[in-house]
Amino acid sequence: MSLENTSRRNTGDVLFHGAAVLAAALVLLLIAGIFTDLVRHSWLSITTFGPRFLWSGAWNPVTGEFGAASSLYGTFATTIIALVVAVPLSLLIALFLVEIAHPRLAGPVSGAIEILAAIPSIIYGMWGLFVFAPYLADHVQPALEALFGGIPWAGALFSGPPMGIGILPAGLILALMVLPFTTAVMRDVFGLVPRVLKESAAGMGSTTWEVFRNVMIPYGRKGLVGGIFLGLSRAIGETMAVTFVIGNDHRIAASLFASGNTIASTLANEFTEASDPLYLSALVELGLVLFVVTFLFQVAGHLWLRRLRGGAGGGR
Amino acid sequence: MIAIETTSQAESAPPRPGPQPVESSPARGAIAVRNLDFFYGEHQVLFGNGLDIAPRKVTAIIGPSGCGKSTHIRVYNRIYELYRDQRCTGEVLLDGQNLLAPTVDLIELRRRIGMIFQTPTPFPMSVFDNVAYGLRLHYTMPRSELADRVKTALEDAALWDEVRDKLHHSGIELSGGQQQRLCIARALAVEPEVLLMDEPTSAVDPVGTAKIEELVRRLKERLTIVIVTHNMQQAARISDFTAFFLDGRIVEFGDTTELFTNPVDRKTEDYITGRFG
Ligand SMILES: Nc1ncnc2c1ncn2[C@@H]1O[C@H](COP(=O)(O)OP(=O)(O)OP(=O)(O)O)[C@@H](O)[C@H]1O
Ligand SMILES: [Mg+2]
Repeated sequence: MSLENTSRRNTGDVLFHGAAVLAAALVLLLIAGIFTDLVRHSWLSITTFGPRFLWSGAWNPVTGEFGAASSLYGTFATTIIALVVAVPLSLLIALFLVEIAHPRLAGPVSGAIEILAAIPSIIYGMWGLFVFAPYLADHVQPALEALFGGIPWAGALFSGPPMGIGILPAGLILALMVLPFTTAVMRDVFGLVPRVLKESAAGMGSTTWEVFRNVMIPYGRKGLVGGIFLGLSRAIGETMAVTFVIGNDHRIAASLFASGNTIASTLANEFTEASDPLYLSALVELGLVLFVVTFLFQVAGHLWLRRLRGGAGGGR
Repeated sequence: MIAIETTSQAESAPPRPGPQPVESSPARGAIAVRNLDFFYGEHQVLFGNGLDIAPRKVTAIIGPSGCGKSTHIRVYNRIYELYRDQRCTGEVLLDGQNLLAPTVDLIELRRRIGMIFQTPTPFPMSVFDNVAYGLRLHYTMPRSELADRVKTALEDAALWDEVRDKLHHSGIELSGGQQQRLCIARALAVEPEVLLMDEPTSAVDPVGTAKIEELVRRLKERLTIVIVTHNMQQAARISDFTAFFLDGRIVEFGDTTELFTNPVDRKTEDYITGRFG
């Protein structure tokens, strides 16, 4: 075969190359477009409140005072609760599926988890409001209060009337919604650990748990971080389910039982009521804040992955 | 699938001092295999294996692909038990004690019998942590002693000079041959009595292979080595005894020189002269 490029391959390559560049450019353009649009529509609010918007807890459509603090707090608090609950659980479920369960059990359980991931979030929200919230109020919250009540700091977190609606219930619902995604990723990550590596660790005298902790987790940490970030990005922007159970109150309470709001739930809840231009503009600015926060998390995720790659024990 | 093990590394266990060198004790690490049958599910692959492995000697296991060499040595440290459909019957005695007995402490068994695999298996951690792995698992010791033992193990595995400046680099960054010696160092650190090696040089270049062979010759002064190899020259070079496997049976077993120069069985002769396999 001649080393010279045939013209067919040349045009094909050029076309393909062009299409790829165009598609990539389109994505960047889209991001830039969304960003500028958000800025444009929130300009009134940005100029009215300045940076104060970020830490002001006020949210009063009547007096025209708006701030993102309570929404930001609710967003972070629910996301953190979701991850704190979901990540260890999904690690254990993934371990169970890959290493412990009989294949005849692992298959159906795996399938069930994928079905959980496919359930629309509104269903989680309804279930959360009508089933999960009353259960929490009657059983879980009193137990938590009894458990932590006496302890100075933790006591405040679990105080107040157990209504089954608020930051904690929203976080728990989010955990449930995030769980299938993180579990599926982690299961796949652990499935990739070479058999011989596990045998080698067991051959050194490690128990199943020690093989898991000392070898499988470090080996798969890149993928695991990816799974956690997937869960995080799902939790941080989740709207419907949270709106149902968080109570939609603009306040920052010490107690996790108290109602609150997240950026996404506020937007879903209040966009239709916002008649006043400043109100609308403040809502758009909330959206802008969410956009920037997710963006920052993405960047942080990438940096973390890069550090893992460079550091000792580069996994794969 | 890794089955749940009943034996556990109790967190509350009292501090145990580091391993004691076995050099001073009378020769230990003799293995006697009696009537060993092995099954993958319903499929039997080992048939009535019997073998007497001399302490502090190198015993080579040769035979064509699929004849059951790996399966055979994977019984010695009971690693096959990780898979629920694998089972065996018979006896494997380590210094007279049946290590297939249900009462045997698997963790201690695997400390006493180390295993090296065909592909190097550095753990995803630093060179130092790799070698310290078994020490941390089995013993509690001061940092300084840990560092000393890691150094000694790396020296024993003829790797110290190459990694002394890279102790905190990832074990995965080493070359294939270095990784394999790292695994040997990791196994040696806990002072095993037996080292099982399943084709340890098949993924290693000739220079690395020579180093590992040299290592094997040196290590037999302190422990028993069982090495599976496809390379007849290698078996002849480094082993004292050789067992020839065929279709799950031990056809011939004896002094390596004898077996290679004067095989009793016709099938052995055919195999070592390259007529099949
Ligand atoms: N996990 C397994 N499940 C079912 N059968 C197996 C399994 N592993 C090995 N076998 C079968 O058992 C027999 C012996 O295999 P084994 O791996 O012990 O051979 P070997 O002598 O080590 O071969 P090689 O030289 O290729 O490594 C073969 O017939 C193989 O097909
Ligand atoms: Mg083999």
